[in-house]
Amino acid sequence: MIWTLPHVVAGTMVLSITAYVLLAGADFGGGVWDLIASGPRKKQQRVVIADALGPVWEANHVWLILVVVMLFSCFPAMYAHLSTELHVPLTLMLIGIVLRGSAFTFRSYDLQRDAVQQRWGLVFSMASVFTPVLLGMCIGTVVAGNIPMYESPEAAVRASPTFFARYIQSWCTLFALAIGLLTLALFSLLAATYLTVEAKTAELREDFRRRALWSTLAVALVAALALLLARRDAPLVVAALTAGTRAVVLLSSTTLLAAAGVWALWTRRFILARVAVAAEASFIVWGWAWAQYPLMMPPSRTIDSLAAPRATLWWVMGTLIAGTAILLPSFFYLFKVFKSADRPFAAADDHA
Amino acid sequence: MSDLLAARSQMAMSLAFHILFAVVGMGMPALMVIAEWRWYRTGNAVMLDLAKRWSKGTAILFAVGAVSGTVLSFELGLLWPTFMQHAGPVVSMPFSLEGFAFFTEAIFLGIYLYGWKRISTRAHLAAGVVVAVSGALSGAFVVCANAWMNAPTGFTSVGGVVTDVQPLAAMFNAAAPSEVLHMMLAAYGATGVMVAGIHAYGLVRNTLRPEFHRAAVQIALIMAVPAILLQPLSGDYSAREVAKLQPIKFAALDAHLHTGPAALVVGGWVNEHTLTVRGGVEIPGAISFFLRGNAEAVVNGLDSVPVEDRPPAGIVHLAFQLMVGCGLVLAFVAAWTVWRAWRRRRGHGVPLPRDRPFLWALVATSPLGFIAIEAGWTVTEVGRQPWIVQGLMRTADAVTPMPGLVVPFIAFTVLYIALSVMVLFLLWRQILKTGVTPLRGDAPPSISATTEFTLRR
Repeated sequence: MIWTLPHVVAGTMVLSITAYVLLAGADFGGGVWDLIASGPRKKQQRVVIADALGPVWEANHVWLILVVVMLFSCFPAMYAHLSTELHVPLTLMLIGIVLRGSAFTFRSYDLQRDAVQQRWGLVFSMASVFTPVLLGMCIGTVVAGNIPMYESPEAAVRASPTFFARYIQSWCTLFALAIGLLTLALFSLLAATYLTVEAKTAELREDFRRRALWSTLAVALVAALALLLARRDAPLVVAALTAGTRAVVLLSSTTLLAAAGVWALWTRRFILARVAVAAEASFIVWGWAWAQYPLMMPPSRTIDSLAAPRATLWWVMGTLIAGTAILLPSFFYLFKVFKSADRPFAAADDHA
Repeated sequence: MSDLLAARSQMAMSLAFHILFAVVGMGMPALMVIAEWRWYRTGNAVMLDLAKRWSKGTAILFAVGAVSGTVLSFELGLLWPTFMQHAGPVVSMPFSLEGFAFFTEAIFLGIYLYGWKRISTRAHLAAGVVVAVSGALSGAFVVCANAWMNAPTGFTSVGGVVTDVQPLAAMFNAAAPSEVLHMMLAAYGATGVMVAGIHAYGLVRNTLRPEFHRAAVQIALIMAVPAILLQPLSGDYSAREVAKLQPIKFAALDAHLHTGPAALVVGGWVNEHTLTVRGGVEIPGAISFFLRGNAEAVVNGLDSVPVEDRPPAGIVHLAFQLMVGCGLVLAFVAAWTVWRAWRRRRGHGVPLPRDRPFLWALVATSPLGFIAIEAGWTVTEVGRQPWIVQGLMRTADAVTPMPGLVVPFIAFTVLYIALSVMVLFLLWRQILKTGVTPLRGDAPPSISATTEFTLRR
């Protein structure tokens, strides 16, 4: 196993996906909790969620664009392949992204508070639910090796001659659906855990603490279900996750982190819970990457075989390093301004 | 509708939609920063009010621009996988840089919009400057990538396989300087006249807060007028570059159908099948003189390439005329603005709120910048057809093999029409219904206040 330039680029992409999951994933989760806000503090829950999302969601969202740009720059054949074979779910996901972003802004920025606005709230939260499921289904389809790359366009047509077989059946598997639900549960867990820190009253913190604990259970159940289904639908995943020390290390670390998250939530150590759950989510992403390494496009195409010419990889990596040098301090500043615990949150001092 | 036509229509519609928001994302931050800077220097509360009002409108437009831009980054592959497979590594630089510029813009826009009371005034102003600069840069980078499609360079193609990639050379391709300049000026000019027109309407319709709208019109014109007056020079440069790099696109936009001395054709409808122009006025030899300094000089016409290599010249010529026409009308308004300002300085004329002919001219011409931008993009994109990469890859060879593309085309069309209606509705309420009264207290755009209110209803 030799780490070469394409591997470094692929690793960087995994880090970007991790950032997307930890930041934008939590934003999606916020939409889920907005949709099923309930109990006596229903309204306050929604306010906390909107306040937490407002300043950061657009920046969080850009991680996805970064991943896409890296994919088409550095692994163009993979990008072309994915966007051809997963045309239908990706298009649906895009519609979800558009509806969600615009609905959130329409709701937040309108001056008249009326029924029209409330309907945008519903669009925002509905799109927050189905977009992560579709994202997860796309990932599940790739991991399972359901959309192999063929040598020629003709071979692809021979393998799945009908529209239904090629563009629908490939990603409509129970395993892919399980991964979709896992994504949704994970995003909800992230959001609920983060919101325990954002909430300003003890009652609200308790609301989100309960939600975080239930989501942990959901993540565990769906993950177990996905593994069961994988025995039939995705033997490659099962093989990767059950053999060798790599698998043992991955599974045990993720389980330990999940347990730490539950313990921290249970004992109301919210900052610690946030760290543990974020680490758990990161390990799930890395586990996915590590499980299919060195394959990029299962079942057969490796990172090396899909990489763009070296000149491109060097320039993109150079741009990334230079860009990150600007980006990280900017992000740090953004979160310092809006997420630091020592200050009252925007809601409070906007009216001061 | 064939799959190719559906794919082209979807791409055209998505770009036409996104470009409006992208342009506003370049122009509005500059306006907000100028207003806030004036408040910072003079303490004039109207300027602060303006900066806040504008930032609310910008937030709505920026969000739609961000999501429609995300759609485009996917659509390039969803519709043109073969193109991206070959072009992706070559045009990687401008797209990666654009990613970071956009990232920076999104981060600092968040700080700008929500940070009024959380950071110092200077830090806030600086955040606005970062938004304006990174917005301009991200626009420039994307245009570099588009320019590459017009003047592909920075690689060697051996039997369809791309080798010897030089991303930097691809980014700084021959078409990039003229395209970037033309687009940037267009962005500032179009946003400026639109904003000036909206606030001029505020002055025409009511006098409740004339000082608010007056300041708005002035700042908007300060940004728009230089851009509009420079645009003809940039257009001249662009035309010469196109004539050099893409002679057939040039022939189409000029309606120069037969190789020989080229006339300037004003108006008229081109029939590209019969190679005739119906109607219109010809100034013989004008284009030959413009390009070569000799009215008799031979310029390659549309007929210099086989039929299958010709763009639909009718649309291209029409769009070009529309763009130039809008630009000329705006140049006239810009010249009027300068003349008016000069007279006012010498103590003549009436103050802006009472200069109704001028205000009505601003109102009437306010959409022309955006119309010119859409028309200009039609010229550059349709004028390049049938190529997706000039001379190297045909659009028909780049399209996805997935059938039924008319379905996503209709879906996105419906979605974007709905969004457009909603955005216009929200901006209408934002600007006209409330722009005439001062903001209550000094309240910044507060998400929680809004949300709370919503939920209470």
